[in-house]
Amino acid sequence: MKEGRPRSFYLLAIFFAAYVLFLYGPMIAIYVLSFQGPQGGLTFPMNGVSTYWLTKLFQGTGIVDLGASFRRSLLLGVIVMAVTVVLSVAAGMAFRRKFKMQSILFYSAIASLIVPSIITSLGISLEFRIIDDLIKAHWNENFETSMGLLTSGLGAHLTWTLPFGLLIMFAIFNRFDPRLEEAARDLGATPWQTFRYVVLPIILPSVIGIGLFGFTLSWDELARSSQAIGAVNTLPLDLQGLTTTVTNPDIYALGTIISAVSFAVITLALGTIHMLNKRQAAKGSDAGKGLV
Amino acid sequence: MDTSEDILQQASPDLVRGSETRRAAKSARLSPSLVSWLQAGPMMLVFLAFFLIPLVFVVIVSFWDYNEYQLLPAFSGRGYTDTFEGCIAQLPDLCTIGKTYLKTLKLCFLVWAITLFIGFWVAYFLAFHVKSKTWQMGLSLLCTIPFWTSNVIRMIAWIPLLGRNGLVNSGLMKTGLVNQPVEWLLFSEFSVVLALVHLFTFFMVVPIFNSMIRIDKSLIEAAYDAGASGFQTLVNVIIPLAKPGIVIGSIFVITIVMGDFITIGVMGGQQIAAAGKIIETRVNALQFPAAAANAVILLVITFLIITMMSRIVDIKKEL
Repeated sequence: MKEGRPRSFYLLAIFFAAYVLFLYGPMIAIYVLSFQGPQGGLTFPMNGVSTYWLTKLFQGTGIVDLGASFRRSLLLGVIVMAVTVVLSVAAGMAFRRKFKMQSILFYSAIASLIVPSIITSLGISLEFRIIDDLIKAHWNENFETSMGLLTSGLGAHLTWTLPFGLLIMFAIFNRFDPRLEEAARDLGATPWQTFRYVVLPIILPSVIGIGLFGFTLSWDELARSSQAIGAVNTLPLDLQGLTTTVTNPDIYALGTIISAVSFAVITLALGTIHMLNKRQAAKGSDAGKGLV
Repeated sequence: MDTSEDILQQASPDLVRGSETRRAAKSARLSPSLVSWLQAGPMMLVFLAFFLIPLVFVVIVSFWDYNEYQLLPAFSGRGYTDTFEGCIAQLPDLCTIGKTYLKTLKLCFLVWAITLFIGFWVAYFLAFHVKSKTWQMGLSLLCTIPFWTSNVIRMIAWIPLLGRNGLVNSGLMKTGLVNQPVEWLLFSEFSVVLALVHLFTFFMVVPIFNSMIRIDKSLIEAAYDAGASGFQTLVNVIIPLAKPGIVIGSIFVITIVMGDFITIGVMGGQQIAAAGKIIETRVNALQFPAAAANAVILLVITFLIITMMSRIVDIKKEL
């Protein structure tokens, strides 16, 4: 290979930079615009700089109860994250051996990922409607509904986060060395001890990655929630509702708040992953230290 | 392959502590197949309860009857006949559903072509031109972070740029290129395609990058040594080897756009009809069997596209 960069490098570097600008530019525009002055409108130029719209948001805009949606979305996101992590790690472990429903589970996950969200969402809503009708007909006439944030809503979000979790687990175990477990077994560790003290510490950074996917995908989820969430709204649903009615910058302020939570979670997760990787690099090996 | 040093590098400091307790080794072991069931069972149950059974309900309900208020659990093809109303009478003109699907397919094709072009070259740059692992990871992360933020926000982010008084229009007016604001920038097919490309190029970049990173660099050197030009290497070596990623990315993008109703709704100013949008409209009118019938049609078309594409590549082998 020639030394120095070929011309195609510079061409593609410019292309890549343009793509990154395309990705981030518009988002940055609305973060800036959410600090619009009280008289400011939906577009540039800025009409003074203030935190008027952000403050107004916290006082409540009067149209929708954003505080309640915020708490609901947060609660759902945390539960989805926890369930996604536990179920993905467990299923990921199962996939390292052959088992009977392996291909059914694999294809269910792939299908769940690529079947259009509106269809899954509609299906869940029909399922719960039919369950409701059955309960009303046979047990309790005054029954309201079994649909809700933590029943149909949780299920809808899991159909979206679990496939990602499972695929990440595949990627992890593709480059996992099974000899480490054999060594642990040879030294007398039980399966649980092998998992707890050998496998888990090694895969932990990636498991946090699954948690990050679980939370952020749920926090921003819209298409699957649309039909399946029941009577209440999550934050993204409120935001979508506002797009058709609002004519002042409070929609940007709301967008900025939602993004701030996303970025906080991303930073926290990436920071933890980085710390764990450093710790593993520093303490993971005692090679060259002689016999203890 | 891993050297033994790498393996030790990976090993945890807790390894030694775990080995101290030998007594537990004698405790009763569960049979391996039971362990697999316990591990994979919960996820399978979630897919069963919230994905597979709901799909069955969609198919069943699509054959039910309905009136203005409720579902009537009796066999009827009304969901389908309502959907295809006038399709034969209006021939040779296309009926509403035909036009809608044609438009959806057109959007789908545009978005697919653009995301494939951008995704391919972004992945190419990351895989072949960025040599340092740290930079590769940093730049990949830069492409991934927007994916973790809200889609709706990334849609409304275009308003200050493309709106009547947005940056693009005021720029055009100032330079004197146009006399009055360009109207088709926002709430149009243009803005829908732009937003879909903006949102979903990520789904193209990741699988293509994954395929490219696995290509043995010595193959490319061999091609150059054998006298191939850069273009020949690209067409005859890199593209065939990156094909699995291209197909997987294409499947993602196509299925997302086929079923999309949110981006098309928000960026199209709720004015553009699309396959996913019909379902939403029917649900809002409480016509569940008609919504389900449309969902079945969409599912069949999406399934046909995927089958066609997976003929080209074995998905399971590639993951």
